[in-house]
Amino acid sequence: MSEELLRGKAWLFGDDISTDHIAPGRLFHLRTDLPALAEHVLEDARPEFAASLAPGDFVVGGRNFGLGSSREHAPRIIKLAGAGAVLAQSFARIFFRNAINVGLPVLQCDTSGIGEQDELEVDLSAGEVHDLTSGAVIRFVPLPPVMVTILNDGGLVAHVKAHGGFALPQG
Amino acid sequence: MTALTLAETIIAAHAGLEAVVPGQIVVAAVDVAIAQDGTGPLAIEQLEELGVASVKAPTCVFFIDHAAPAPRRELANAQKTIRAFCASSGATLSDVEMGVCHQRVVESYAKPGDLVIGADSHTCMAGALGAFATGMGSTDVAVGMASGQTWLRVPETFRIEVTGELRDGVEAKDLMLTLIGDLGADGATYKALEFGGPGIVALPMPGRFTMSNMAVEAGAKAGLMPSDATTREFLVGQGREEVWRPLAADAGAAYERVVRLDARAIVPMVAKPHTVDNTAPAAELKGARVDQVLIGTCTNGRLDDLRSAARILRGRRRAPHTRLIVTPASQAVARAAAAEGLFDVFWDAGAVVTNPGCGACVGIHEGILADGEVCLSTANRNFHGRMGNPEASIYLGSPATAAATAVAGEITDPRELL
Ligand code: SF4
Repeated sequence: MSEELLRGKAWLFGDDISTDHIAPGRLFHLRTDLPALAEHVLEDARPEFAASLAPGDFVVGGRNFGLGSSREHAPRIIKLAGAGAVLAQSFARIFFRNAINVGLPVLQCDTSGIGEQDELEVDLSAGEVHDLTSGAVIRFVPLPPVMVTILNDGGLVAHVKAHGGFALPQG
Repeated sequence: MTALTLAETIIAAHAGLEAVVPGQIVVAAVDVAIAQDGTGPLAIEQLEELGVASVKAPTCVFFIDHAAPAPRRELANAQKTIRAFCASSGATLSDVEMGVCHQRVVESYAKPGDLVIGADSHTCMAGALGAFATGMGSTDVAVGMASGQTWLRVPETFRIEVTGELRDGVEAKDLMLTLIGDLGADGATYKALEFGGPGIVALPMPGRFTMSNMAVEAGAKAGLMPSDATTREFLVGQGREEVWRPLAADAGAAYERVVRLDARAIVPMVAKPHTVDNTAPAAELKGARVDQVLIGTCTNGRLDDLRSAARILRGRRRAPHTRLIVTPASQAVARAAAAEGLFDVFWDAGAVVTNPGCGACVGIHEGILADGEVCLSTANRNFHGRMGNPEASIYLGSPATAAATAVAGEITDPRELL
């Protein structure tokens, strides 16, 4: 992922966006049909989002994005719906780990100055978000090396298959 | 020798190391790996992707508890997949009649000192046995089941030092809601909570389970209790005395933060919609009308919880406009509650007593709310949409508060009815 430049529009979500907003329990029966579940992604926070995002657009949250359940379906359907990355001030732990495992970039940065539908460019190798609408440059917290390894291998299952087990930078 | 917190002690032992420090990345041996009917099918898909025909972690269990028995065809099919996988892979199946995964894990599977991973965020409940237990996604759990290992970043520990004992009508739920209100819903993100002090020594196991269960509601990775005489007594009751061993943090262990709570000062608390840290004393919410009360879930569906509710409901009836649903956490709980006549108390009070399981907690079945309705639940989460309807609101409280609220039809401090 280190060479990639991502570009898209910002969709603003507030603080404490839970996995119930992203993939609600009332749609539990769609968990074995992820494309169908993805049509409802984040529906309980912004009903229009799933139908209107363009491929590569960004989900931009506030504090504690992804809190709640361990349902990995949440980052999977954000990715499946076409979002390029999730940007937030902070992430809940399980969501963050799940996102990396399924290959969805999650970037911790100061999102407070980003406006609705701002055009963003994310430079993963430089660790920067360029808000092309406002001209602001926002640095994001680099991912820990262990997560970079998993992401570069294409997710956790691909990592374990490629190495015949865990081959993570320890220390 | 380095002094270690409880979390560090258990992680080091499972990583084959003398000591670990916060921030360190380790690969650790897994004792217990679990998934449920919502996360299990995706874990099985990943296990198949890994080409794994039989599981390797010592204890692997799939629980059918969230949508049990299946209320729809898609879910029945998903459950069929789980049963077939368990039959062929060596994983254990806990089928629809048995109850909520976390209650079943502490009754039958987890031991003090274990490393437990689960594809369910409240896996942290087993921390009350003195285990390092943490929630993960389906992929992590699949890899854990397949390889018998997982990777962990050693968390910093917050020590939660509790003094004093809870007063009559005040429960562990109130203590935990108070703590979460203080810490905030992300106040302990990535941290381990380690509970201790005389107030915890005095706290019976059911209350410890409630508190460890809700560690994740402050963002924590785990919520650990020492393994002591109370733990032993619980395991004896489960016929598992031989798995007990004492476990505590080393004296002089390094904590990132120490939070002190005086249990005597705690009052009945509720979490208001739509976040768990949005807390207030129940007494301050007097007059807030409630359409449905749910007593149950992995947080507060144990025998002690049902007794606490029955104490208030005995000889009383629910308010005419307030439905009351009681869902025991497991079959063992239901059996014991029935044997001591608690179901009669609930039925006489106008309750629906459902089969053990997650029940109405997560909005799949057995008590979905109507538009504009308000529920007071003994669960751990009150997120927008949690109980199946984003147009409804959820308050959280203890079983005693829930029972008092059902009787009054509005949020009520249970001490008014004792
Ligand atoms: S009872 Fe509720 S919180 Fe507990 S495992 Fe079931 S759905 Fe999750």
